[in-house]
Amino acid sequence: MSAAPAELPRWIDIGLIPVINICLALLVSGLIILAIGENPVEAMAIMIRGALGYGEGIGYTLYYTTNFIFTGLAVAIAFHAGLFNIGGEGQAYIGGLGVGLAILAFDSTLPFFLLLPLGILAGAAFGAAWAAIPAWLQAYRGSHIVITTIMFNFIAYAVMVYLMVNVLIKPGQMSPESREFAAAGQLPFMHEMLAGIGITVTPTPLNLSIVWALLCCVGVWAYIWRTRWGYELRAVGHNEAAAVYAGARPRHIVVAAMCISGALAGFVGFNEIMGVHHRLLLNFPAGYGFTGIAVSLMGRNHPVGVVLASLLFGVLYQGGAELAFEVPTITRELVVTIQGLVILFSGALAYMSTPWVTRVWRALLAWRAGAAAAEGA
Amino acid sequence: MEEAFVFVALTMNATIRVATPLILCAMAGMFSERSGIIDISLEGKMLGAAFIAASVAAVTGSPWLGLAAGIAAASCLALLHGFACITHNGNQVVSGVAINILMSGLTVVLGIAWFQRGGQTPSLEASARFMPISLPLSEFLAEVPILGTLYSRLVSGHNLLVYVAFLAVPLAWWVLFRTRFGLRLRAVGENPKAVDTAGISVAWLRYRAVLICGLLTGIAGTYLSIANNAAFVRDMTAGQGYIALAALIFGKWRPWTAFGACLLFGLLNAIAIRLQGVDLPGIGEVPVVFIQALPYVLTVVLLAGFIGRAVAPKAIGEPYVKER
Repeated sequence: MSAAPAELPRWIDIGLIPVINICLALLVSGLIILAIGENPVEAMAIMIRGALGYGEGIGYTLYYTTNFIFTGLAVAIAFHAGLFNIGGEGQAYIGGLGVGLAILAFDSTLPFFLLLPLGILAGAAFGAAWAAIPAWLQAYRGSHIVITTIMFNFIAYAVMVYLMVNVLIKPGQMSPESREFAAAGQLPFMHEMLAGIGITVTPTPLNLSIVWALLCCVGVWAYIWRTRWGYELRAVGHNEAAAVYAGARPRHIVVAAMCISGALAGFVGFNEIMGVHHRLLLNFPAGYGFTGIAVSLMGRNHPVGVVLASLLFGVLYQGGAELAFEVPTITRELVVTIQGLVILFSGALAYMSTPWVTRVWRALLAWRAGAAAAEGA
Repeated sequence: MEEAFVFVALTMNATIRVATPLILCAMAGMFSERSGIIDISLEGKMLGAAFIAASVAAVTGSPWLGLAAGIAAASCLALLHGFACITHNGNQVVSGVAINILMSGLTVVLGIAWFQRGGQTPSLEASARFMPISLPLSEFLAEVPILGTLYSRLVSGHNLLVYVAFLAVPLAWWVLFRTRFGLRLRAVGENPKAVDTAGISVAWLRYRAVLICGLLTGIAGTYLSIANNAAFVRDMTAGQGYIALAALIFGKWRPWTAFGACLLFGLLNAIAIRLQGVDLPGIGEVPVVFIQALPYVLTVVLLAGFIGRAVAPKAIGEPYVKER
């Protein structure tokens, strides 16, 4: 990605231009809705109402948001090290496998307060391990991480299908799912926790893992901007040659950054397996890993931005489901389309509007200088 | 003996059918990547072309209009990729991901809006498709043992686009390695600055490269929806664009080796389909998913440098910014 000209003030670069990009993406989405004969304004209203207008909608929105925070952070931290982790999908899959195996092994013997950290550790370890192989290959064998992580998505898929169909399936049933976890191995749902303190809300899949997602945001922020390792990581991502002279070890950084990235992606499994489904099953990553790319690009690789972008995608997912339910000609795939447009405009074409904005900004400065000169004279 | 021969012939036929879109996409990717533009959007372009080709063929009843529309759709996407990567120096991987995701959504959205069949296009009559053609003398030669049977069973009886795919390989080789355009195209992927210094436009060369990529992925998509099948179904490319990308890398960005990799991956897939649910003596049921995952594993192993070395074009993935 080319750098924006330095003369623009910070608020335009990190505030205005991303907003312009999102508006462009939404504009094109609106044209698509228009093209299939629906009213884009009405569609937008249904989406927002469906996502934020009532308790159940909000619960689902935040549940989707949880997954996007994990995968968005995963892509973001890799970006800071100059790596493109396109394998979030596979890492989430294998991370979920780790969570599931750990809980299946210990849910009858250990209490909840031990199973909780065990689930987190297992998800992180499996996700990190799945990312570590492409990272090692990139660092020590020179193979391109984009290609290897794509390949590892497919390999993860094959591994999971094999394990679920042949090994982990609960005997005596057709669908490839494991047995349900015991109660100690299930994260409490938000509606259960709120009921405990006397607040009643509609049951939704939203669960304790959203708290962990927010903690991860703080952790990633602190790691990247407040530790020596984070400094080293950003230095390597920015200019590897210069970083080497400053004493950084790029190979270690590549492996470390990808392990953290994979661990974060693996937490999707923590939310889905331990928080929602309470059993191992197929296809639970459902594209969250790819959406993480859009989330990270939109959030400019900053945890605060990632949370905001995750919320927006949560609204899109839940609102899109509602929209598909209410308007028969519109399907859920509209959300996928919008997601593609967001990646296009805030990623690949991120600096398309910069020359225009720069021109307007310069004209504004010149006009202001002229006005000040006239006042002085 | 007869049974074994039929088994081999059927498997070879299946291999050719599966390998055709892979070959076209691998050649497409080769032009783009040899010019320095990473293309992971082979999948998305092929999907878009498959959808548009099937839609146009369904509405007009003409396979040729379908083919033209498929090529046009994939070329538009290629131009979009070029606009982001060449004109705006955008990240090539991000642009490719965007096109893939965009197409997996848009084809279904438009499909439902246009045809109301859950994302599927209406099934096509034979006259709206590319049907198998029998090559001259195939009936006559079928009586000749082995060679004649091979000719009539294996070489003859495919649809037009299969032959296009197999001809695309020598053609791609000739263009890349025997023409001035090809030399320049390879040069721009290795050292764009040198090409620029020689007074040749880097952007125009790369735009032509991505357009060739659009043309070939367009044919591949059209093959899927109106030659090999009789309709578009959602996500019908099912990762074949990525397999083609793997084959291209496995073939070290060269036409003949990439072609070989496509045939190998096609063969693996054909075997996987044949072995579905078959108990082999001594081994038991073969886990078919692993055979299907084998192309990816092989590519990773190759990339790791354990079996030979795949060296990418030097300037791949880097936008060319002229110094002022």
